[in-house]
Formats: sequence, C-alpha cells, structure tokens
Amino acid sequence: MGSSSSVPAEVQELAAKTGFTLEQIEHLHRRFKHISGDQPTIRKESFDRIPDLEFNPIRSKIVRAFFDRRNLRQAQGGLADEINFEDFLTIMSYFRPMEMNMDEEQLDCFRKEKLKFLFHMYDADNDGKISLQEYRKVVEELLSRNPHLEKESARSIADGAMMEAASICVGQMEPDQVYEGITFEDFLKMWQGSDIDTKMHVRFLNMETIAHCH
Amino acid sequence: MGSQILMHVNFLYWLLLTLKCSFAATYSDLSNLSSNSTSHYKPDHHEADSSAQDERLYVFTVDYNYVQIPCEVTLWILLASLAKIGFRLYHRLPSLMPESCLLIAIGALVGAIIFGTDHKSPPVMTTNIYFLYLLPPIVLEEGYFMPTRPFFENFVSILWWSVLGSLLNAFGIGLSLYGICQIEAFGLTDVNLLQNLLFGSMISAVDPVAALVVLEEASVNEQLYMMIFGESLLNDGITVVLYNIFIAFTQMHRYEEIESVDVLAGFARFFVVGLGGVLFGIAFGFVSAFMTRFTQNISAIEPLLVFMFSYLSYLSAEILYISGILAMTACAVTMKKYVEENVSQNSYTTIKYFMKMLSSVSETLIFVFMGVSTVGRNHEWNWAFISFTLLFCSIWRVLSVFVLFYISNKFRTYPFTIKDQLIIAYSGLRGASSFSLAFLLPMHLFPRKNMFITATLVVIYFTVFIQGITIGPLVKYLDVKKTNKKESINEEIHMRMMDHLKAGIEDICGHWSHYQLRDKFKKFDNKYLKKILIRENQPKSSIVSLYKKMEIKQAIEMAESGIKSSAVSTVSFHYRNQRIHRLSPEEVESMRDMLAHSLYQVRQRTPSYNRHNLPTEKSEKQAKEILIRRQNSLRQSIRKGNSLPWGKPASTKNVRFLSLPYGTNHPARRKARHGASTGDSSSDMDSVSSIMFSPQLQAGSFGANRGQQEMVPMERFDRRGKLLDFAAQRGSLRKKDQAGRIRRSAFMPKPQFDAVFEEEIQGYESEAEEGAASRPTVKWAAEERNVRHFHKAPSPPFWRK
Repeated sequence: MGSSSSVPAEVQELAAKTGFTLEQIEHLHRRFKHISGDQPTIRKESFDRIPDLEFNPIRSKIVRAFFDRRNLRQAQGGLADEINFEDFLTIMSYFRPMEMNMDEEQLDCFRKEKLKFLFHMYDADNDGKISLQEYRKVVEELLSRNPHLEKESARSIADGAMMEAASICVGQMEPDQVYEGITFEDFLKMWQGSDIDTKMHVRFLNMETIAHCH
Repeated sequence: MGSQILMHVNFLYWLLLTLKCSFAATYSDLSNLSSNSTSHYKPDHHEADSSAQDERLYVFTVDYNYVQIPCEVTLWILLASLAKIGFRLYHRLPSLMPESCLLIAIGALVGAIIFGTDHKSPPVMTTNIYFLYLLPPIVLEEGYFMPTRPFFENFVSILWWSVLGSLLNAFGIGLSLYGICQIEAFGLTDVNLLQNLLFGSMISAVDPVAALVVLEEASVNEQLYMMIFGESLLNDGITVVLYNIFIAFTQMHRYEEIESVDVLAGFARFFVVGLGGVLFGIAFGFVSAFMTRFTQNISAIEPLLVFMFSYLSYLSAEILYISGILAMTACAVTMKKYVEENVSQNSYTTIKYFMKMLSSVSETLIFVFMGVSTVGRNHEWNWAFISFTLLFCSIWRVLSVFVLFYISNKFRTYPFTIKDQLIIAYSGLRGASSFSLAFLLPMHLFPRKNMFITATLVVIYFTVFIQGITIGPLVKYLDVKKTNKKESINEEIHMRMMDHLKAGIEDICGHWSHYQLRDKFKKFDNKYLKKILIRENQPKSSIVSLYKKMEIKQAIEMAESGIKSSAVSTVSFHYRNQRIHRLSPEEVESMRDMLAHSLYQVRQRTPSYNRHNLPTEKSEKQAKEILIRRQNSLRQSIRKGNSLPWGKPASTKNVRFLSLPYGTNHPARRKARHGASTGDSSSDMDSVSSIMFSPQLQAGSFGANRGQQEMVPMERFDRRGKLLDFAAQRGSLRKKDQAGRIRRSAFMPKPQFDAVFEEEIQGYESEAEEGAASRPTVKWAAEERNVRHFHKAPSPPFWRK
C-alpha cells in the first residue's frame, strides 16, 4: 500500500467503517498477516503466535473476545470460527481513544460500546447478565497468575464483589429478593463516574505506527 | 467553644512570647555580664560564673548562654506547633488559607520580637545546616509518601514538565532580569548575567505543597494532582543542581572567561548529577530493603535503618557532588515498597510519624528563619528589580505551562484542558527552598545579596499569601474535573481486567507501551526482587496486611460464632459446602494472599499528600468507629436472643450509634467486648447495615478519604443480610470470651485494618458457618499462630496512598 492515490477502495471503506486512519490500517494489516501466517483469516490458534500473550492471565478471554459474534456485530451470540481482517479491525476499533471532535452523544455511544465489549468478556454464556459463576471465573482467571492463590479465595472475592454490586445496583433488597446477576444497566451504573474513556484505549492507535518487533 | 479554646491558645502564645522576651532581655543582660568576664570565660559555665563572681558562691545563677541555641530553636518549634493547633481549632481558617501562610506569619512574628528586643538570633541557618540537616527530612518525606502508581503512569509527562519547566523558568527569568538590569535607570548594571541566571534558578524553585493541599481537598482529578506533585518533587532537585552549577561557574574564573566548553560541561554535569542521583538512590533503596529483611527479631531498629540509609544515600551522593535530593527521593521510593512489607506494624507507624515530624520541624524552622529575615536589617529594596521579578515569575510560569503542555498534549491520550493548565500555572507557589537558596548565597560572590533576598521574600509572600488563598476559590470556580473516588472491590477487579486487556491488545498490536513495561517490571520484581528483598516467612504475596485482615475476620467471626449463612442463598452462594474447607490455615493464608494481592492495587491508586498531616488519620478513626459500631451492633443483636430473622429492622438504639462522635471509641469498645462474650449470634443485620450509613456519611464529608470507600460497599452487602442468615449458637459462648480477648490484641494495631477486616468479615459472613464447635477450634489454632504476625503488618499506608 503505497501512496494514497493507489489506496484500494476496500481500505477506504474500512477506514470509514472503523474510524482508523490509513496508516493504522496498514499497520494492523501487517500485524494481521503476521498473526494469521499470511492467511486471509485468523483462528483461535493463530494467537499462539504472539508469545507475550502467554503471560496474560486473561488470555483466553481476550482471544475469545475476538471471536465473539456479539463483538463482531454479527449475531446475538455464539462464536465465530475464524475472523477476517475486517472483523479484526472491528474488534480493534473498540480500543480507539476518544476523539476531541466527538460530541456528547457520540462520546456516550462510544463509551457504551466499550463497556459492552467489557461486558461481553464477563458474560460468557450470553444471557445478558453476569452471574456469580461467571464472575467467579473472571476473578479466578485474573488471579491465576499468582501460584499461591487458591480457587476458594478467588471465589470469595468474587462473592464479595457480587454483593457489593448488588448493593450498588439494586439498593435495598427485600429478604427474599434474588439478585440474579449484573445486567448491562447495572454494569453501566458501576462504571459511572470512572473514566473508561481514558482507560480503555490503546495509545498506539493514536500515533504514527511504531516499528513492530518481527 | 472553638473561640474559647482559641482564647486559651492565644493566652499560651502570649505566655510563650513573654517568655522569649524575658529570655531575650536576660540574654542582653548576661551578655553585658559575660563581657566583663570574657577573660575568664570557659566552656563550663559553672566555672565561668564562679570565677566572675569574686569567689562568692551564689545560690542562684542564670546562664542563658549555655542553652541559647537549642532553647530558642525549641521555642520556635513549639510556637509554630501551638500556632498550628490554634489554626486548626478555628474551623474556617484551614479552608481559607494554606498552612504555609500561618507558618510565615509566625516566623514574621518571631522575627519582629527578635528585632524588637535587639536580640541576635542564633545562627541556625547556615549552608551546612540547611543542606545537611534541614533539607533532607523534607525531601525524604516527599519521596516516601509519593503515590507510586499514578506517578509512574504519568512519569514521562511529569519529567517533561518538571525538567523543562524548571529550565525554562530559570533561564527565562534570569535572562529577562538581565535585560532589565542592563537598563541604566534602575541602578542594577552591576548584576551580571551569571548572577541573574542564578537568581532565576533560585526563584523558579516552586513549593506547591500548599496548592497540593487545596487541590486534594477539592479532589481534583488524578492527573492534574500528579503533575503538580511530581513537579514539586523533582523541581527541588533540579533547582539545586542548577544552583550549584551556577555557583560553580561564578566561583570559576571571571565571568568573561567562561567558554562554550564550560557551558557544555555544565549541561553534561546536569545530566550526570540528575541521573547519577537517581541511580544512587535506587541502589541505596535496595540495600536498605535488603537489610530490613533480617530484622524480625530486632524490630526496634527498623525505623533507624530506614532513616539512616536514606540519609546516607543523600550524603554519599553529596560527596560526589551529585544530586542528593534526587538520590534520597529515589531511595525512598524504591525502599518503600519492600520495607513496608518487611517491617513490623509499630515500626511502620514510627517511620511514618517520625518522618512527618522531622519534615514539619524542618519546614517550621525554615519558615521561622524566613520570618526572622523579613524583619531585619539585611534588606535592599530596589523597586525595579523586585517588581520585575514578580512580573517575570508569573509571566514565565504561565508561558512555560502553556507551551510545554501544548506540546505534551499531542502525545498524551488524556490531554490537559486549559482549565487544568491554568490551575497548574497558578499553583506555582514559592516557598522555603527559594528562600533558603537565596539566604545561602555567598556574600563575597554576590555583593547584592540583600537585594536578592528581598526580592525572593517578596515573591514568596506574594505567591503564598495571595495565590495560596485564592487558589481554592479558583479551583471551585473553574470546576476542574474531579477524580472518581469510589473505590470498591468491583472497581478493582475491573481495573485489573482492563489493565490485562490493554496489555493483551497491545501485545496483539505489536505495540510496546508503558503497560507492558510495567508488566515486565512486575514480572521481574516478582521473580527476583521480591525473593531477595522480602522476608522468607512471609506469605508469598508478602503483603502482611492481609494477615491482620483475616485474623480479625476470624476473631469477629468467632465472636459471632454461630452465625449462619442465609438459607435463602439468593445469589446462589453455595457457602455451606465450602464452609468446612475454609478454615484450614493454608487456605486462610492463601485467602490472605489473594485478598492482599487483589487489594494491593487499590492503595496505589489514591494520591494523598499532605505535609502537615498524616492523611489517614480520619480514615483510621473511621475504621475504628466502624469496627466499634459493628461490635455494638453485634452485641445488640446478640442480646436480642437467638435466631432472629435477619429481616428485623434496625432498632433505634443502633441507629443512635450513628451519631456517636469519634471520641466514644473506648467505652464502646469495652462494651463490645463484653457483649461478645455474653451473647449469642447476631441476627440483626440491619444494625450492621446501619453501620453502613455512617461510613457513607463521613465518607462524603471527608474529601480525601479514599480508604474507607473501600469499606462502604463491603459493608453494604452485609446489609443484604437478606442473603445472610444468622442463628444462635449457645455452645460457643465460651469461645466468644476467647474471641473477645483475641480481638483485643487484634485491635492494638492500626484500627484501619480492623475496619477493613470487618468488611471482609461481613463479606464472608455469607460464608460463615453453622458454627460447628470444631470450627472455632480450627480457626483458633490458625489465629493463635498468626496473632504473632499481627504486630508486624505495616499496611495501613496501603490505604492511604
């Protein structure tokens, strides 16, 4: 991909759809090719090519997020087997930083998108809420890097967090009221006030491409 | 009420002042007396007296000479402390003006007295004393209490801003003033370029502690706070380096002979000095951390190690003419993490408080000296110089802020708004450091030293009083973006999730960012550093605070023994199954680990810096309060009898506890202890939930207390007592006694933890057992074993950071 005059139409279309600049798309395309081994699509196994990812405790969740149809905006659930470059870009677009020229509504929408991405990472079974089991799994995974942690502990933390969430989201509960799980609205409530805008972005996507290793 | 106390305090002031005056008067008398007998004067004052008195033995003699210096210094410090007390008593004052104003005013007062009584002030402030004794405590305290995570997250920006900002300010002011000095009409032509540059570097030493206090009260967003904080931290070091370089230049040949080689050497020296200092500091930090690994049997020397090593890092850096300030700061930052985990609880407290005390004494002395110099004869008032200094200081600060931030905003994902930049520009208060540097100028090199001193004093007074007082309203007016203070387990989990997610995505993108850097550092840290620097017998997470948490958790759980988990199990907690497992020591330990690990990050997120106060006092009391109320509620519910449904509404008695002032800790505590041993299970969870309200209320009122935010949510789900079921267990009465006792010992360390434990306990209440008799014993064993560890945990600062 050389000068802008010879940029194919698809790339332009991608740029328009996902909001990336041409350089960023170029760089990501290179990266995509590296991960996929020059194939047009990536599978879950392809992510094994990234050695640094091995140390990430939530690796499986991240990889899974790439194939989650909800994130790919294809369906309401289920997992894709493989994704192409456009899907790759779609997932990456969740991590774009906020732009200064966005208005309130766009910002809000953007924020919701990011939070939805996060929510999907928690809500594995796609029932629209994060149940205790799912939350426990998340915490266990988060703490899995620490070899001295037991599942019990992770469980209790998750339980505590769940209770806290219940209190924040539902407020006063009746004795026999059941708190099913954290719904997306509750999730939004929990994140209210904290600036996900500043946190959930990858700096790279805002700068000139940096020479990647390999 | 407050005014009465104020009156008493005023009375004390005047008493002290009259004491001082009388001392001064006596001194002048004595000086006459002793001048008569100078020939016979010997260091031993008894001898001097007797020899001067014509071989008569006087029953009552006075010799002020002997104790003059320490006595006066002590009196000054006492006076300043009394002033601080009075300052705080009148509630409106701290919000009106920063404490530095007060200190300066006291200094001026003392100066006036000394001047008025024509008393020669003791030579407390010399170059040596300042750089060797007065400055290190201040620097150490700043470095030690620095919130590391936000600092390193914004490290590049902070570095860019402080280094370049100081340089820009120094050179800008220096050069502009030189330009002014060239104008014949002002009579300043003898002030050459070098002297102006030196003056510029001196006057650009900002001391925004007062601004930081205001900003913290207003709970501005973290980035803004960190920029100013980081600037204050690094600016001292940079200014002193510049100052020394310029002094060296001045001491060199004549000014005309300075060649470009020397200038380049100056630049190189700047970097060597700066970086060298940091490396030195890190090395010393590691050594000191390593030392504390072996001090478990002699914990009394732990504070000593910490202080001495930091001081040593400063001194050894000074030997090599590298920046001792930066060395000490780096040492404190490095050391803190590992030392905190190694030292005992008491040592930690000692270190903290002693550090605050030393730094506040130093600062007081410097301010008093400033005041003394104000009212004195060594002034030279030059309208042009002074007014232009003031003007240029403001102009250059604003200019440097806008230029530098304009550039750095392009690289930041969180750009600083104009409002933020305005606040940063406005918080350029000068303070003790500028004054000290001015005061210590060698007279022979700077014939117009007095003018410099005057100008510096004017700038300091202007910035501290006028800017210091108005920055609060300005922040409110500008409505700067606030920080999100809500700290909860959920947020913690989400944050970590986010961190890992970002790191993962960045790995996928092939982009190397500071998250990965931090990850890599953490890996390295865990693999090597922690093994070397942290004690062996610590839990792997080596965050001992968890011990305490679990201990208290168990203690209280035992006290409530027999509290059952809710049968309703609405959130589908399958506690009963796990209950039996939970209590084995290994599991407890791992739980601790895990909790500590997960909670470890929370503490790092909260910047909380206040030189004049330990920021956690309120939260400590809060924690204590919560714990006591919890016990009270327990007691209440215990009294009510067995198996009350958890849905019972809170009794009025419990609600009343909400309004208990802090002072009622002890009686409540004692009662609670008895309560624990007399009653059975607590069933009234609403009483516990009433505890929730108070933290929340107070949490709202204490702007800077992030510590207990953590507590609130945890408490709240206790309120969901709907989830918890409590049944009485009479059989465990005896155990309660023991539990009460253990709890007593548990309370001795920082109550902060108690409250946190309490949260955990509440959280785990759902996991509480049916209260099998065997359980308490098991827990008991675990507790006995670990009670010893109680006194070792340092952690309160975790919350405070």
